[in-house]
Amino acid sequence: MSDRAATATVIRARAERTNGASMREVFATAVADLATEDPRILMLDAEVGNSTRADLFEEAHPDRYLPVGIAEQNMLGMAAGLAAAGFIPFPVTFAVFVVKRSLDQIRVLIAQPRLPVKIAVQYTGLMAGMAGKTHQAVEEVTVMRAMPNMTVVNPADAVEMRQAVRAVVDYDGPVYLMVYREALPTLFTDDYRFELGRAITLRDGQALALISTGPQSGRVLEAAELLAEHGIDARVIHVPTVKPLDDELIVAAARETGFVVTVEEHSIVGGLGGAVAELLAERQPTLMRRIGLRDEFGASGTNDALLEKFGLTPRRVADQVVTFLAERAV
Amino acid sequence: MTDTSIGQHGAPADAGLLREMARRIRVELLRTVAHAQGGHVGGPLSAAEILSTLYFHEMRIRPSQPDWPERDRFVLSKGHASVALYSTLALAGYFPVDELRTFDSVDSRLPGHPDMTVLPGVDMSTGSLGVGLSAAVGLALGARLNGHDGRVYALLGDGECHEGAVWESAFIARRFALDNLVAIVDANGLAQFGPASDTPGERRGPWDPGELEDRWAACRWHVIPADGHDVLALVAAFDEARATRGRPSVVIARTIKGKGVSFMENRWFWHSKPVTPEELALALTELGEQA
Repeated sequence: MSDRAATATVIRARAERTNGASMREVFATAVADLATEDPRILMLDAEVGNSTRADLFEEAHPDRYLPVGIAEQNMLGMAAGLAAAGFIPFPVTFAVFVVKRSLDQIRVLIAQPRLPVKIAVQYTGLMAGMAGKTHQAVEEVTVMRAMPNMTVVNPADAVEMRQAVRAVVDYDGPVYLMVYREALPTLFTDDYRFELGRAITLRDGQALALISTGPQSGRVLEAAELLAEHGIDARVIHVPTVKPLDDELIVAAARETGFVVTVEEHSIVGGLGGAVAELLAERQPTLMRRIGLRDEFGASGTNDALLEKFGLTPRRVADQVVTFLAERAV
Repeated sequence: MTDTSIGQHGAPADAGLLREMARRIRVELLRTVAHAQGGHVGGPLSAAEILSTLYFHEMRIRPSQPDWPERDRFVLSKGHASVALYSTLALAGYFPVDELRTFDSVDSRLPGHPDMTVLPGVDMSTGSLGVGLSAAVGLALGARLNGHDGRVYALLGDGECHEGAVWESAFIARRFALDNLVAIVDANGLAQFGPASDTPGERRGPWDPGELEDRWAACRWHVIPADGHDVLALVAAFDEARATRGRPSVVIARTIKGKGVSFMENRWFWHSKPVTPEELALALTELGEQA
């Protein structure tokens, strides 16, 4: 176990169901609360504010809520201009539009000049449910990881989201913040301290390391409980900052367990699985498996049905790990 | 030049000075691209009077304090004309003219397209056509939100106006009634290549006559046509833009690609082409400068 074992004490004994506040509401409220003390904060909305809950920010700060039309290329470029004028803009819309349609503006106007634009996206990864593959940003992490100067943040619960919002405001540079839409079980106690670039061990274990990010981390923690019933002692690492990656924590986990499985509701090509594989190939060559979408698009269905189809429910993750370990033993 | 060039708008324009600065911009940019054996030529030459009028008359700036928060801002949306902006900034005193000779070399503060993180005086990094106006919209709204009367100028190419993103920004600038935003279209009538013309060896320009004006008018911008090589016409155009309330203005500046050098004028292939020492000598002579 690494020297950061103590951080595990901020994990709740069992994930608790939240009282219903969705992650998008937690996000919008957190930004609005910070904006009360920081007049530099703005929110830009591509006319989906009722869906993203940018309307909560509008309610609190109507003069700093900017409805900029269904024109995402302009929205990201405009955010860059506002940042250059001294503001901290949060352009908010669906991930799939931002990552592809506005990519040139993000690259030339935000990432290259390192302007403090906080790109906040929803319908992250596979989790766009019935909207289907057109709206599932299954390659967003791949694209944003490849963007120099970009920081990529994917919180796992409401406690972490609130702290992450503050951290990305304090950080003087561009950030891609992934905001899950629905409510999530609360993993962390209020003592938890989010830090950009730091991963956290949610559960200790020696048989293998399960590494995950965002909402998937809660499901992986549940998978580890199921594995424990099989006598498999899995370590669980949550990576809220996919870039920059917490190299040391992950290398230590690989060294100490000898087998690493990444899990993400996203493509394994260049996603968290790709990031961990790149790191370990150079620093700590370790047998790995990656759970996620395998060079394929998503599908239309409930989020639960999608998690089942792509092997991301706690049960499906646990079953795959059992199979991996059996294969490894052969 | 020193800070005496700041905020001359409102004062009578010194046409002689503005013409001379345009001439010197052309001289410096030609020396620069010839030295680098790279960069663009035709588009920078067509923008010389526009830049001269902005930096030596219209804009409120402090070259000795490039990050002055209440300054007017300039966005070179046609970022490939960087060498024209660099020459202007050097002549305005933002950095030594000699530094122009580092253009396009590794570790220079003067890369192929402007980089706001390295060169004082560059208000926005640009280089990919169609994106600059969106940043200018943000800067103009930012000035308003900051409660100062800073104005924002964005220079686009007429070929650049093919890009769909330009029209997203045109729509939003109107929605926010950004009357502190001025777009200038350097309408030199040629892009890099384009369809073949009826005349052998020539190529057709980006727009039909009047089409560009109609587009901006349809977006409900205040459209100001002007001769882009007549400094007094440009001064009047910027005055008219400042007097226009409640909506953004666009100056459709009719220009000649390669302006000022006879053998480059209206020649599409001078968009980007290395300048030989002989060509440079000939060009400088035409511009009344010793090689």
